[in-house]
Amino acid sequence: MWNYTETVKDHFLNPRNVGEVDNPDGVGEVGSLACGDALKLTFKLNEAGRIVDARFKTFGCASAIASSSALTEMIKGISLDEAENISNEDIAEFLGGLPKEKMHCSVMGREALEAAIANYRGVPLPTAEGELVCECFGVTDVEIVRAVKESNLTTVEDVTNFTKAGGGCEKCHDRIQELILSARAVTGTEIKLERGAKRLTNIKKIKLIEEVLNREIRPALKKDGGDIELIDVDGDYVYVSLRGACVSCSASQVTLKDYVEKKLREQVLETLIVEEE
Amino acid sequence: MDKVIYLDNNATTMVAPEVVEVMLPYFAELYGNPSSMHSFGGQGGKGVAAAREQVASLLGAEPDEIVFTSCGTESDSTAILSALYSFPEKHHIVTTRVEHPAVKNLCANIVSMTGHFHRITKLPVRPDGTIDLSLYKESLTDDTAIVSVIWANNETGVIFPVVEMAEIARSRGILFHTDGVQAVGKIPIDLSRTPVDFLSLSGHKLHASKGVGVLYVRRGTPFVPFMVGGHQEKGRRGGTENVASIVGLGKACEVAAQNLDAENSRVKELRDKLEKGILKIVPKSILNGHETERLPNTSNISFEYVEGEAILLHLNQYGICASSGSACSSGSLEPSHVLRAMGIPFTAAHGSIRFSLSVFNTEDEIDFVLEKVPPIIENLRAMSPFWKSGG
Ligand SMILES: Cc1ncc(COP(=O)(O)O)c(C=O)c1O
Repeated sequence: MWNYTETVKDHFLNPRNVGEVDNPDGVGEVGSLACGDALKLTFKLNEAGRIVDARFKTFGCASAIASSSALTEMIKGISLDEAENISNEDIAEFLGGLPKEKMHCSVMGREALEAAIANYRGVPLPTAEGELVCECFGVTDVEIVRAVKESNLTTVEDVTNFTKAGGGCEKCHDRIQELILSARAVTGTEIKLERGAKRLTNIKKIKLIEEVLNREIRPALKKDGGDIELIDVDGDYVYVSLRGACVSCSASQVTLKDYVEKKLREQVLETLIVEEE
Repeated sequence: MDKVIYLDNNATTMVAPEVVEVMLPYFAELYGNPSSMHSFGGQGGKGVAAAREQVASLLGAEPDEIVFTSCGTESDSTAILSALYSFPEKHHIVTTRVEHPAVKNLCANIVSMTGHFHRITKLPVRPDGTIDLSLYKESLTDDTAIVSVIWANNETGVIFPVVEMAEIARSRGILFHTDGVQAVGKIPIDLSRTPVDFLSLSGHKLHASKGVGVLYVRRGTPFVPFMVGGHQEKGRRGGTENVASIVGLGKACEVAAQNLDAENSRVKELRDKLEKGILKIVPKSILNGHETERLPNTSNISFEYVEGEAILLHLNQYGICASSGSACSSGSLEPSHVLRAMGIPFTAAHGSIRFSLSVFNTEDEIDFVLEKVPPIIENLRAMSPFWKSGG
């Protein structure tokens, strides 16, 4: 059971400002059904440019609903310039804190607010541009770098807690690690080493496997018109898919075991097993 | 907590009053060690021996086929690793995509644990959670060291045809293990007619205490212990016996045998009332898992366009305890691997709720839940950006 604060419980059980504003001035929609949470924020401005009404519709867990409710309360009565300065940390603070695994709910709130303001101003969203890093949850490098800087994140796990990036197939962990390093190098803060860096983490494993695949295995297969794709890594099991001429090749199982597996065991980890998906 | 309506019996169960009663003397009065030479310790030994007979009787087994362990997880690990150690020349395991983490994660890490390479076949399931026996037959090879399949699924309650599957493995000379943790006490089991070599069960799922389990090991099955130490359990599991819990488990098995009819009539009727009621009243609610090839106590229902954790917390306000296969409630970001293996779309998996009943539930409780669930779902849907009323 999650340890939610009384404020989170209150905003979840008695959400404020549920619904949609009529003729809204700004509309922000983020998230999706597949991701497990989504938020639609609408607001209305008065002549002075202050937010007079804000409403939300949210699909998600208790903290997603509470974060949305908190957000609408926070922005009512303030100007857009003030609203723009609200960070996800502010939302979490308003709620008396969120479990760290649930910080992405406050980030979703901030993103919806940004989207709604951009919608009002008729400008594109900065986060919508940029390189797509996490395909599972649709998170770009811009969003990741921003979360790292704003919330002082140091590990891939932190980034997943805040943005969801890396919470699915984990293929992007390596890229997230790079983004953390570069973002923190820029801010000049001290870089804490990844916890448990000594054992081969999944990220490290995937990285090494991809290196060997790219450097040795793929070029060799390509000579015969074949190719190979890394699908997943689960514990010791490496799931791959053979492509091109390999698919119809009767010796493909032999290739997989005697060549691919052997190479990976030699160069990455002695316990790896290669399976075809 | 005021009133609790406990519909989470696949997670754990209440220790039955008659079980508590037989356990109590073994804490303060009969605390001797069964291995001791004095008759004071011998009383503990007698309790364990009686429990062994009670467990054997529920399973249709012989008392010497019962090995007491610390939990279902230990039993699962013991069975699978024993088979691998017994047949070091074989390097293939057949299992399914819907196993409990006790088997799933053991298999994922089997190489690090055994130091040997093993190929793992994870059999797929149909959308209703049932298994295709022809795929199972095809998967067996001369290299297969063991088959390990869950008898009844903890999330959906779907029952696999374990009797038939065990017979097929036997005909190929392959060892067969089943995780019977959810099946024992809920469906009739007769191991004298079912050629499984290993079966795991866990005390806390059948109204005994946590921290005690059993591994059934058929006579003549090659066996390598997992816990090595003293000569307890005839050398099959070292460690001083958890006497009070074992005695309690024995009693729980005796009670389970008496309650088996009630499970399949009264409990099933309550489950059906709950399930049919919800499916009828709540639009866009879907049953996950085969309707009849299923435990009598389990109902896994998806509510589209709402998220499971939010439902659970609303239920919690009324003291109603259930579980969800949603990502948020598990602490990961992806919904349950069992529902995903069944091809349940993410949209429905995120909103899945498991209700699991026991003989202690009453009709009043079910009526109360039936009254509370529909407005909770309606409320959350009114808040959901994806829900269009009426559709
Ligand atoms: C099917 C199944 N197998 C194994 C286990 C693990 O049992 P234990 O908690 O006794 O280790 C459980 C319980 O969660 C279960 O439902």
